[in-house]
Amino acid sequence: MEPLIQLTHTPLDRDALVAAVSHPSVGGIVVFEGVVRDHARGKRVRYLEYDVYEEMAQQQIGTIIAEAQQRWGVERVAVAHRFGRLEIGETAVIIVVASPHRAEAFDACRYIIDTLKATVPIWKKEVATDGEEWVEG
Amino acid sequence: MNIRIRYFASLREISGRSDEVLTVPAGTTVSAGRALVLERYPHLKSIIERCVYAVNRSYMSAETVLCDGDELVFIPPMGGGNLVAGEGAPWSH
Repeated sequence: MEPLIQLTHTPLDRDALVAAVSHPSVGGIVVFEGVVRDHARGKRVRYLEYDVYEEMAQQQIGTIIAEAQQRWGVERVAVAHRFGRLEIGETAVIIVVASPHRAEAFDACRYIIDTLKATVPIWKKEVATDGEEWVEG
Repeated sequence: MNIRIRYFASLREISGRSDEVLTVPAGTTVSAGRALVLERYPHLKSIIERCVYAVNRSYMSAETVLCDGDELVFIPPMGGGNLVAGEGAPWSH
């Protein structure tokens, strides 16, 4: 399958992403889901705001998936990221990797989320009870 | 020639705009473009110093020469990131 990449304002649909990578040849599906938590560095977080350089993010995520596919031979990958305002407990990002065997799926999923967070132009602003800031590093 | 600058995250909030077109001389580099933007928005300085650069949606170095119609974006550090300010990103393609 062609990798599925979604950048959207609307709530993410985990079931639809899992369905998209499912196939009779698949023996394992690894899902990573990043959710908004209520605290960060000692602050009470009220909500998050994500900003994205959409055209570049789309392209970068495509490159990361291609690297993971080459390295681990995983063929079926879906990546979705939400932007705009997200409340505590809502899902910000989902990575789904399906492969015949689990080891490759775990490794590829870990690689994709770690590389995405370091290199894809998506920014998060924490709005806390005592002020707000764009999170860096 | 004209280049388009787009602003995201903290840069967008501080400059108060999401994009603009600047007319610059031929041969202008990314770092010269950066200097122009800092003249217009001195308050961006501390953030822009920690940015890496993208030209036409790919990470590029400060020495990159811009062409007419290029899109230049300063990329502030991302939350999960380990970017090194001022360097061309090693994972750029």
